[in-house]
Amino acid sequence: MREHTVLRIVSQLVIAPMLLYALYVQFHGEYSPGGGFQAGVILATAIILYGLIFGVEAARTAVTPTLLRIGAAGGLLIYGGTGVATILLGGNFLDYDRLFAHGGQHYGLIIIELGVGITVASVMIAIFYVFAGRGRQDDPDNDEDHGSADDYDADDVS
Amino acid sequence: MNIAVSLILNFGLLVFLVAVALALARWRHLFPVAMLTGLFSLLSASLFTVLSAPDVALTEAAVGAGITTVLFLATFGLTRAREKPVESSRRPIGLAVTAITGAILVYASLDMPHFGAPDTPVQEHPLRHKYLVESQHEIHIPNTVTAVLGSYRGYDTLGEVAVVFTAGMAVLMLLGRGRRGRKRTKE
Repeated sequence: MREHTVLRIVSQLVIAPMLLYALYVQFHGEYSPGGGFQAGVILATAIILYGLIFGVEAARTAVTPTLLRIGAAGGLLIYGGTGVATILLGGNFLDYDRLFAHGGQHYGLIIIELGVGITVASVMIAIFYVFAGRGRQDDPDNDEDHGSADDYDADDVS
Repeated sequence: MNIAVSLILNFGLLVFLVAVALALARWRHLFPVAMLTGLFSLLSASLFTVLSAPDVALTEAAVGAGITTVLFLATFGLTRAREKPVESSRRPIGLAVTAITGAILVYASLDMPHFGAPDTPVQEHPLRHKYLVESQHEIHIPNTVTAVLGSYRGYDTLGEVAVVFTAGMAVLMLLGRGRRGRKRTKE
């Protein structure tokens, strides 16, 4: 992608605000539209854009697949763990009022939305890595498994 | 928003949606089809915004126009980017399935309340008062959608997150490990 100067410059300008907007949607979800799911998808979109422009390998170095696996499971654990914590504090499952004396519902929502966001972002980026990583022709593992890569190109031109 | 402006926007967007759908059905090359799918999602998101559903619009724009388009394009890297031609003998079957499904959907839509009707269940059900008024005193956050999803319907959202997690793990197991597994059996 060395030759796409406009794409690279514009992406460099856009990716940081996208990440910031994802954080805004994540932590401002109680006051404005959005929440964990939307924030996770926007965050994933920013990383995927980075991967598309600067190469999947560069994105893989920035956000490693191991981190994504931990994130995917960790977000769900944060959500489920909040429910277990409210049981241990003497309430029902996901009864956020037990977490804090004042504003328990609000803090509880922030915590579970964070869990939702982490899981969604991790899963989306992981799926993109898997899809984008399989078709790469410079991948030595790939030459035998995808012998059809050449006639795909020929077909594409026609 | 002025009712006339709102109506014009609604009908205009619906006309665009139909036009994009027809173009989608006609095109055989799949790259423009992926782009048009993204455009369809963007138009849907605009329609949701006009209908005062910004949460749904945000999701539709991010998932439909963003992630899905990229995943389609990534898939074209693995398969062919051109639709396989359908045998002409099988076309009537497709036409029949489409016509029957469309007829069922139109028939079902006749039972739905009219657009903007004041006496729909959404307007009259007791839960409306619970969610829109009492939630402000029970949950203390302005965005009712977040309150309903996270607190009143917390179990459902936990289930949804589990579904996302399971789907991601399934894709990783099917595609991420498969290559290495196959390579090992070859050696």
